[in-house]
Amino acid sequence: MKYLLTLYTAEAGWAQMTAEEKQQGMAAYMAFTEALKQSGAFLAADRLQPISTATTVRVANGKTQVLNGPYADSKEQLGGYFLIDVADLDAALSWAARCPAASHGVVEVRPLWAM
Amino acid sequence: MGDVKSTQSTDTSAVARSTADEVARRSYGKLIAYLASRTRDVAGAEDALSEAFASALADWPKNGCPASPEAWLLTAARRKMIDASRRQRTGALAADELRILADLEIAGAAHELPDDRLALLFVCSHPAIDSAVRAPLMLQVVLGLDAATIASAFLVSPVSMGQRLVRAKNKIRQAGIPFRIPEREQLAERLEAVLDAIYAAFAEGWTDPAGTDAARRDLSQEALFLGRLVTELLPDEPEALGLQALMLYAESRRLARRDSRGEYVPLAQQDCSLWDVPMIEQAEAFLVRAGELITRSTHSIGRYQLEAALQSAHAHRTRSGLNNWDAVVQLYDGLLAASQSPVVAINRALAVAQLHGPEAGLSEIRKLQADARLTEYQPYWAAVAELLAKTGAREEASKAYEIAIGLERDPAVRRFLQRKSEHL
Repeated sequence: MKYLLTLYTAEAGWAQMTAEEKQQGMAAYMAFTEALKQSGAFLAADRLQPISTATTVRVANGKTQVLNGPYADSKEQLGGYFLIDVADLDAALSWAARCPAASHGVVEVRPLWAM
Repeated sequence: MGDVKSTQSTDTSAVARSTADEVARRSYGKLIAYLASRTRDVAGAEDALSEAFASALADWPKNGCPASPEAWLLTAARRKMIDASRRQRTGALAADELRILADLEIAGAAHELPDDRLALLFVCSHPAIDSAVRAPLMLQVVLGLDAATIASAFLVSPVSMGQRLVRAKNKIRQAGIPFRIPEREQLAERLEAVLDAIYAAFAEGWTDPAGTDAARRDLSQEALFLGRLVTELLPDEPEALGLQALMLYAESRRLARRDSRGEYVPLAQQDCSLWDVPMIEQAEAFLVRAGELITRSTHSIGRYQLEAALQSAHAHRTRSGLNNWDAVVQLYDGLLAASQSPVVAINRALAVAQLHGPEAGLSEIRKLQADARLTEYQPYWAAVAELLAKTGAREEASKAYEIAIGLERDPAVRRFLQRKSEHL
């Protein structure tokens, strides 16, 4: 089954890290991605630009509203995703637990619609 | 002639019905587990099996009961799942599901049917399932209880119970919760969730101590059945044995919890001749076996074993008249360290009062005042009231009794507290 792991973390935390810490952080994500690829579970992954770059669009009553900023203003922000293909929810949850974001934020695990 | 015929058909119908009832009792959970474990479609398996039972009641009176009713029902249910899959699903999904269903092997005899019930119990208490719905889900899926019966036992409306069950079953299928026994490293944690759900079902049955509400009385029996099932399928798990011991100790006193007028009788005043002694012996045996496993392994003693050990100590004291309050306090210490539960702390304070006097008990219980969870917890106020009364603080005791009475939902316990308050 395919699962999308969405990563929610506090962006402010990243900004406060030293160069060395950032390096370590990146290395942890690289290692996680590599492990996913090794196991054959990896389908896709991306990191998002900070929420300061986000713009929100909504069409209501025929009028397009464009707003500066992210959809949800919360303590932790959507910062990236992994798309994986594994046998079942338990396998997806164990990958989510290994994802570095789970240790400094939250990882949401959701199955994709099977088409 | 006509009369004879109709008598015959009544007979064969009655035989068919009693065979079907017997199979349902014996194998319902096994059949559901078998049908659902491959497709993860619990609701689909339930629907198909219920249709299969209906077909059986139409077919068996005419053609006779099959040699293996389980195999007959499984074959019929599989056909119905295939039909449903053709109707409801399209494309690759339908092809997948149809292939899975076609591959289902159907064994001849009941004892050849693989027993996937344990996996089903783990599915029902998976961390991805809302913890409040785990016990109801088990009762429905493994034992076949209907939503209305479960709803009334859990004091929830049948409609909302039905919705919760449907949501949970959808989640099992859509989120891909696996039908298997967790790996060794996860087993203890996941088993705890299974045991908690079984105990929740038992506790709901237990809140009807008089056994007047059939739905609830049965729930204790169903929980004991599930507990026994887990001990049979995982015989070396001490906590599963501990839970079974705990439930058996509680159940053994059911008759003694109310007097002939239906009034509540606290443990210390119960007539132990009303206790079910063979059941207490069974409980002891489970607890002893758990203890043996603990000493042979790296397991640490768990909450259910400690609670069962406490029950054992209380039962022993009441039957023998020997004072063992220091052992009881020690067990509560262990339980408190394991659970950090304020409920345990209250009971511990009462045991301390037995050992060192009411002032000592009160000073223990006052340490809990800051816990907001206790402001609406009847046993906390009843314990405070009892200890205050023993120290002679009648006015304060009376206030505490009033709060306790206001928080209690069982009228017999309410009357018991009222009598205590009046006799201050």
